[in-house]
Amino acid sequence: MTVTEIGSARLRKEDQRLITGRTRYTDNMTLPGMLHIACVRSPFAHATITAIDVSEAKASPGVVSVLTGRDLADEQGSLPCAWPITEDQKAPPHPAVAVDHVAFAGEIVAVVVARTAAQARDAVELVDVDYDELPVVLGLEHALTDEVLAHPSLGTNKSATWVFDSAEAGTGTDVDQALAGSDVVVERTYTQQRLIPAFMEPRSTLVDPTGDQIVMWSATQVPHILRLMLAMTLGIPEGKVRVIAPDVGGGFGGKLQVTPEEVVTLLAARRIGKPVKLTETRSESLMAAHHGRAQLQRLKIGATKDGIVTGLSVDLLADMGAYLGLVTPGVPVLGAFMFNSIYKFPAYRFSTTNLFTNKTWTDAYRGAGRPEATFGIERLMDDLAAELGMDPLELREKNWIKHEEFPFTTVAGLEYDTGNYEAATAKALELFGYDELRAEQKQRRDAGDRVQLGIGISTFTEMCGLAPSRVLGSLNYGAGGWEHATVRMLPTGSVEVVTGASAHGQGHETAFSQIVADRLGIPFDNIEVLHGDTASSHKGLDTYGSRSLVVGGMAIVAAADKVIEKAKAVAAHMMEANPDDVEFAAGNFTVKGTDASVNIAETALAVFAAHDLPDGMEPSLDSDATFDPENFNYPHGTHLAAMEVDTETGEVTLRKYVCVDDIGNVVNPLIVEGQIHGGLVQGIAQALFEEAVHDDAGTLVSGSFVDYLVPSAADLPSFITDRTETPATTNALGVKGVGEAGTIASTPAIVNGVIDAVRHLGVEDILMPCSPHRVWTAINNAGKGGLAAKGGGAEAAVPETTSPEQAASGSNSSGSLPTGDVQ
Amino acid sequence: MIPTKFAYEAPTSVEDALRLLGEAGDEGKILAGGMSLIPVLKLRLAGPEVLIDLGKIEDLRGIREDGDALVIGAMTPHHVVAHDPLVEQHAGLIAAASKTVADPQVRHRGTFGGGLVHADPAGDLPAPALAMGAEFVVAGPGGTRTVPASEFFVDLFTTAVGEDEILTHVRIPKHTGWGSSYKKFTRVAQQWSIVAVAATVRVENGTIAEAQIGLTNMGSTPIRPAAVEQALVGVSLDEAAVAAATASVAEGTTPPSDTNGDADYRRHLAGVLTKRAVLTAAGA
Amino acid sequence: MANTPISVTVDQVTYEDDVEPRTLLVQYLREQLGKTGTLIGCDTTNCGACTVHLDGQSVKSCTMFAVQADGHDVTTIEGLAQDGDLHPMQQAFHEKHALQCGFCTPGMIMQSIALLQENPNPTEQEVREGLEGNLCRCTGYQNIVAAVQAAAGAGSAAGTQSEEGAA
Repeated sequence: MTVTEIGSARLRKEDQRLITGRTRYTDNMTLPGMLHIACVRSPFAHATITAIDVSEAKASPGVVSVLTGRDLADEQGSLPCAWPITEDQKAPPHPAVAVDHVAFAGEIVAVVVARTAAQARDAVELVDVDYDELPVVLGLEHALTDEVLAHPSLGTNKSATWVFDSAEAGTGTDVDQALAGSDVVVERTYTQQRLIPAFMEPRSTLVDPTGDQIVMWSATQVPHILRLMLAMTLGIPEGKVRVIAPDVGGGFGGKLQVTPEEVVTLLAARRIGKPVKLTETRSESLMAAHHGRAQLQRLKIGATKDGIVTGLSVDLLADMGAYLGLVTPGVPVLGAFMFNSIYKFPAYRFSTTNLFTNKTWTDAYRGAGRPEATFGIERLMDDLAAELGMDPLELREKNWIKHEEFPFTTVAGLEYDTGNYEAATAKALELFGYDELRAEQKQRRDAGDRVQLGIGISTFTEMCGLAPSRVLGSLNYGAGGWEHATVRMLPTGSVEVVTGASAHGQGHETAFSQIVADRLGIPFDNIEVLHGDTASSHKGLDTYGSRSLVVGGMAIVAAADKVIEKAKAVAAHMMEANPDDVEFAAGNFTVKGTDASVNIAETALAVFAAHDLPDGMEPSLDSDATFDPENFNYPHGTHLAAMEVDTETGEVTLRKYVCVDDIGNVVNPLIVEGQIHGGLVQGIAQALFEEAVHDDAGTLVSGSFVDYLVPSAADLPSFITDRTETPATTNALGVKGVGEAGTIASTPAIVNGVIDAVRHLGVEDILMPCSPHRVWTAINNAGKGGLAAKGGGAEAAVPETTSPEQAASGSNSSGSLPTGDVQ
Repeated sequence: MIPTKFAYEAPTSVEDALRLLGEAGDEGKILAGGMSLIPVLKLRLAGPEVLIDLGKIEDLRGIREDGDALVIGAMTPHHVVAHDPLVEQHAGLIAAASKTVADPQVRHRGTFGGGLVHADPAGDLPAPALAMGAEFVVAGPGGTRTVPASEFFVDLFTTAVGEDEILTHVRIPKHTGWGSSYKKFTRVAQQWSIVAVAATVRVENGTIAEAQIGLTNMGSTPIRPAAVEQALVGVSLDEAAVAAATASVAEGTTPPSDTNGDADYRRHLAGVLTKRAVLTAAGA
Repeated sequence: MANTPISVTVDQVTYEDDVEPRTLLVQYLREQLGKTGTLIGCDTTNCGACTVHLDGQSVKSCTMFAVQADGHDVTTIEGLAQDGDLHPMQQAFHEKHALQCGFCTPGMIMQSIALLQENPNPTEQEVREGLEGNLCRCTGYQNIVAAVQAAAGAGSAAGTQSEEGAA
């Protein structure tokens, strides 16, 4: 038997139940006597609760209990934030059920527990809440002024400011000096609009308090973290809580949270002593599950006339929303290490000011900080190229790290182990037909065609595989970044693999089986992967940050290797050989120079019987391992988008999309391709379709799928995806993360393509999502004030470029750019 | 996700439906395909005490010829209208618009009459029906009356159908040999129209002999731009000529402003889409 | 307000039940019949996760009441496989990796079958438009489209086979 599983396009084990409807999503489950929760949510973005009358609701048919924040005040604690980025970070208390103050529309103010979901919903209408409305703060620039406070008790909207300066860190020089000495400085303000993760399965939690142990089923990405946090915040002994993430319908960071809904369901179940379930509606989910992105990026980049970048300055305003969730403050900080991307910038300064607003709180959403950073730098490189009159690809080539320069320590202080940007780019250009499309673009421009063509480029890298524990420690994160695994040899020769990485669509059961099949020489079908239940998988740090394979997979490899070591001793004993002479390959132990052979299944049976084991050996081959990565890993890729813009209507069409990603070695190309496809669409959706829009009162306008535009199959083309394979050197499998890559890279590729199509008309920026209205308006405004008035030419199209003197003196001349305060 | 409680009636004749509707008074609501009503009930934006389901009244389904008109039963699903050979032949604009309503599942269940009586300004059927000069057959306690399209759409979500009345059939004058086009502008496929333009055109000897046009979501009701229809008569099938004749199509309209576009943008779109719809309908 | 008696055939079994009129078909399937394979993803008829077949046509079971299904025939994702054999569309979804988290999958498969019934040899664009009422957040749709095309290519039976079986 040869090594065949890793790298093969195995069809997924998980599929059988999912394609036949034999699923165990949380809301599919029912327990005897189960009660249902419906939530009373604040219609106001900011208000004081002056009174709540629950008497009519309590009398409503089927109602068992109505609980307000005041009822729960002594036991609900404060929802946890695990990432205080600074010592003096400010944060309001975050009760699961608001007690006397609500800070965003959708916050829970009471819950009704009833015998049926319909009865609970009926009684919600009968809860009478008196609010005194307070002024709202919604925009980031407004929040920065502290004129209106999201939480008056805090005295400020500023939660924290976090700075990285390459001169202070010793990783580079001073950015102000660098910019002052530059031939060209481009200054821009870009907006990362607020997004909603919009996983397809609405969140659902079921809690059974009837046994000695409280059991919670929840649609969560993080059963282990959730159990720990429930224990810590509610004061329940950790061993008395078991959390199960059964089938989970997507997460994308949106279920990386300890939610008010989970806490209140637990508290209600514990009080009443009966199983209780809370399943949110889609409208509730869009309103109250955490949002993502939402940054204002104020950027300055300097370069020589020849296009060598001299320095980059990043000043973020980051929207926390009304509260700090599990890792909310750390999201922009993750971006701090990525604005320099694949480039060799000599000077770099990053600052984020984290601000509270009266909106749903933000937290991780696919990529968490890295898509924002990649968007900023890739848009900026295009604008710098335009300023320099240089092909944007040429500018990137001049500044990126050459493949022979790895390992490379970046100006942000990370050590990139490997990469080959030249190879990925060359392959992408060929698949794309770059030169032909550039020629067509010129032809259309010259002819003044109604439909113009643009080419968008995005060369990206990311740090993923969260994360080396010591790095997380240095960033003040509240936990480590290791992952745990157990490999259990069953007497029949089959294997159970227990992982702390909890899947919700990624295909862990298949990919991990492939790894173990190769490692142990056990058939793929004889391997069962267990996950998502803290009783069977007692230890883990769950799934996010493209970490499952590179951290969780490595823990499995380590555990399997321990099994082999133990089994080798048994095999040697069975073959009456010296263990040093025993070799293991493809599931078989052999003795050098003989034809003696014992397979690993036979050792498992022998250990189970335990009749004749080596002296002192315990009768078990089962092994645990915990893997803590030494470094992040750094997938990269080149993404190219051909965008058509109908100048008459502003309609944007994605005509062709090519991406070549380098994620190192591949365990399952089918799964990898699926991750790329899905990631691309989420990134493209940010560029073109999605935005959480609030009205002036702070009400979410895009509060259903009628208005929050998740694209369908009809709105997208097929993509051309390919890979280069530059193995990571920081893990034995040579793998890198892939879950976030498509999302990170695609947004700037699309927007750069849209801008490229109309830059010659005088357009410099278009807010995301690049809706037809916005594109048409940008073309119109440019025609009126910009290009036409100045007689054309790329130079005229960048009035907000500052002179080096202005940049050095810190003058803000973001000029005519539609900075578009994040709303 | 759970509507308020209501009583359910499923009459098998229009007479019974009218009687039940009369008995329910203000608290009654007609359920046709339910594609707009049921989401409204689920979100508890409305809470009628009685729902009267027309789904079991066979007389309200089907499409037939009646002299110079096609008669479409109010409860005929969009999917059937969209693929009916008679509709295709004599009222291509209705077929074209029906194909764009929502998505396939909704078209299987949603009904022609429901889409008209709901009178959503962004709905896809009112503007084509108005453009084609449809007549609406409305049954009430006192008998049946016929309402011309020009009087049918009264306001946002409001038609000439009284609270005690039921739309039973729609008569569409045959436009045999006319070309047609429904240009629907959306950001994603499933979305309601930001603006849409319905056009049906008769071409004679290479010029436009007659044109009938309806605008979707350019005001509280669908709009038929009579001046533009007149201006198109005799116009040759080239883009510049059609553009000139249709340029004023949005004059005086008051479309909404929202995250998909402001009123000015919608007026601009109406012009562009009218030009394109007329050219497509004319086979140019 | 009284419950209403209904008689409805679901996945080839006929049920006589009393339901509250406000009970949505999807709630009846999930809560009363235990057919939890059909899922609820939204409240505005957008996502399509709840798609089932009503008398052989795809409908969104969150946008009709159980009482409206009286006298009708419903097929859910759980009624597709016959005698342990997957429906060709289920098989195609598996082989083309057309699902990740699986939440959209039941609705997506039901709509894909309906699509091929109406158009047995669709182009890629026709497949995409035929799925416009079903949202997926994981796959980017590319492999779903490939699965539908594969099922179409595998024979026109893909669209019709189990409908006959279920009728």
